[in-house]
Amino acid sequence: MKFLHLVWRNLMRKKARTTLTVLSIFIAFVLYGALVAVKTAFGVGVELAGLDRLVTIHKISLIQPLPESYGRKILAIDGVSKVAHANWFGGVYQDPKNYFAQFAVDPGYLEIYPEIRMPPEQREAWLNDRTGALVGRQTAERFDWKVGDRIPLQGTIWRTPDDSAWEFTIRGIYDADKGFDTTNFFFHHEYLTETTGIEGIVGWYTLQIEDPDRSAAIAGEVDQLFANSPAETKTSTEKAFAQGFANQIGNIGQIVQGVLAVVFFTLLLVAGNTMALSVRERLNELGVLKTLGFSDTRVMLLVLAESFLITFVGGGIGLAVVTWLTRSFDLGGAMLPTLYLPWNAVWIGIALLAFTAFAAGAIPALQAQRLTIVDALRRT
Amino acid sequence: MQWLSQILVISWFNLRNLPQRLGSSLATVVGVAGVVLVFIGVLSIATGLDKTLASTGDEESVIVMRSGATDEMSSGLSHDETRIIADAPGVARGQSGPVASAELYVVVDVPKRGADTEANVPLRGVSPAAFDVRQELEFIAGRNFEPGKNEIIVGEGAAREFDGLELGASKRWGENTWTVVGIFSTGGTVADSEIWCDAKVLQPAYRRGNSYQSVQARLESAASFQAFKDALTSDPRLNVQVDKAQDYYAGQSTILSGTIRVLGVVIGLLMGFGAIFGALNTMYTAVSARTREIATLRALGFGSGPVVISVLFEAVVLAAIGGVIGAVLAYGIFNGFHAATLNWQTFSQVTFAFAVTAPLMVAGILYALVMGFVGGVLPAVRAARLPVATALRGH
Repeated sequence: MKFLHLVWRNLMRKKARTTLTVLSIFIAFVLYGALVAVKTAFGVGVELAGLDRLVTIHKISLIQPLPESYGRKILAIDGVSKVAHANWFGGVYQDPKNYFAQFAVDPGYLEIYPEIRMPPEQREAWLNDRTGALVGRQTAERFDWKVGDRIPLQGTIWRTPDDSAWEFTIRGIYDADKGFDTTNFFFHHEYLTETTGIEGIVGWYTLQIEDPDRSAAIAGEVDQLFANSPAETKTSTEKAFAQGFANQIGNIGQIVQGVLAVVFFTLLLVAGNTMALSVRERLNELGVLKTLGFSDTRVMLLVLAESFLITFVGGGIGLAVVTWLTRSFDLGGAMLPTLYLPWNAVWIGIALLAFTAFAAGAIPALQAQRLTIVDALRRT
Repeated sequence: MQWLSQILVISWFNLRNLPQRLGSSLATVVGVAGVVLVFIGVLSIATGLDKTLASTGDEESVIVMRSGATDEMSSGLSHDETRIIADAPGVARGQSGPVASAELYVVVDVPKRGADTEANVPLRGVSPAAFDVRQELEFIAGRNFEPGKNEIIVGEGAAREFDGLELGASKRWGENTWTVVGIFSTGGTVADSEIWCDAKVLQPAYRRGNSYQSVQARLESAASFQAFKDALTSDPRLNVQVDKAQDYYAGQSTILSGTIRVLGVVIGLLMGFGAIFGALNTMYTAVSARTREIATLRALGFGSGPVVISVLFEAVVLAAIGGVIGAVLAYGIFNGFHAATLNWQTFSQVTFAFAVTAPLMVAGILYALVMGFVGGVLPAVRAARLPVATALRGH
């Protein structure tokens, strides 16, 4: 630690250069954070999907409906503690650009998703209002909706008999932990069936199971129950379901990794180049240090320490800024509602900092270590 | 004139010296190349997506859906309605009647190649006229499906991106087993992502009775669009919306490609700053390594203008080399790269190819020049401001 001052003075020799290097490393780590956040947002829900929840959909595809009678049969399976169903509504609020997801659910849905939080009186009000709706904080703020507001949605898939807009009353505005989508709009399945007269079908089922370790066995049992029926099912854990859905968007993960690889390669080159330049300019001084009795190892460590200091200052601030920004603000808007940097990505970022510092400083540090006093002092 | 020759002399002198500063100059070149590579690469995704969706449908093709439907998935038309639409004025007529195809649009789960998860692949039930509506369609393997049979034909994009859709393969969806009897290409339109079958076979398989979701038709001429539209929208028996196929499909890519564009530009700008800092470092170092040379030139009577321009010139040349390398690499790596993604509007997969277009490459290289200019301007000014006497005395 007593050499920290020396390292600091060395970096301050060329303030402009040090500042520029710190800034370029700062940018690389801002990019790292931003890209990982985008990747997380595209994989909506995968991080937080519960392992104790299963999703049962029609075997042919998600858009095929399932009989409502399946609910009771699924609940009878040993190990299934709760079952709820949902339907995709796909309504339009004023303009198709105002997109947000709407689901017709049964009241049990809220019990399976304890993540959806709201004041008890709002929950009660929703349960008691057939045309009531629950809306996530983000969507409510987007359109400036308040509890009690009447919201018209034009049906696209589901139509009212005279094709007029569906009328909903906002009864609750829900919050959730970071990463859980708060752009959704929930209303009663009963309202859907009563208005359209289409009864007995649901979009998909969500199952709560008692023991996550038995998820595969229970999923198999559910699918077995409806095998060879007109509506066969496909059951998977919610996590696998969310992952499968994220995969549909394409291999975002691979693209992000490719971009990051280029970013870091470019950055290492810039930072490594600067380190090399600054060591080359100071060969004399390093020779003097060695003459004064600094060991080869110590000189090497001094150079490496510079690299670590630069990287951790620039990259550390970059990581902190992205973490703070994405966790304090909704930067993703409606398209990427869950844009944020998960904590494990922050830890990986810190490991990357160490790697970058080492890789950029290794060659100049070795050069400094191998330098002989005679060679160093001979140069002018 | 003298000014110009001074610039040339110094610039040439600088460039000849480049090999001495090879390491750091190379770092600048590679840095800029990396930025341009990523910039073009990400934007080529959006360009490719737009290209696929915008190339679908020509001037004469139209799509009719239920009024208020945002896409085929949420539309529905009865058999009678589709007949009225087909008989509307303006629809081209072929040997077997109007060139109007009543179609069903559903999705089936098919595993994505290389991933163990399933994807929503569109399955379109078509009427015989469908092949006259899409005149660009041609078979590249096998034959067309036979009416009334559980046979499917697969677009080349779908055959490439999803598992088990090869010619001769059979697929079990629900209670039916389907056989792939043909592979078709429409030259990169949306239909290449789809699986087609006879609408009459699809209706019972999906319990759709005798209903359809859209009518795709070909008009006699692009000019008859308004008359066709007016006839349908004023018909009291119908409640439909009429769009040119081009407009309908172009509208489907706006959200996704818009998002990708924003991402590409943001990433490109951020990385650009990093590269500019790198270039600044390199050029500052280059200037400080040449302090004495520059001072000597000034003492010999060279003006400060030529010194500024020569330093700028060097930075811009380095960046231009990087820009060209980046653009060429991007073209080699990304152009024509096949991918599939989810079309948010229809909830189904669309296959497309990344497109590195000439304007995109030019934009990338121009961006590189801007980076070089910004990275060179401050060091250039410093070079010009060097006090001659101190610089000569230095060291």
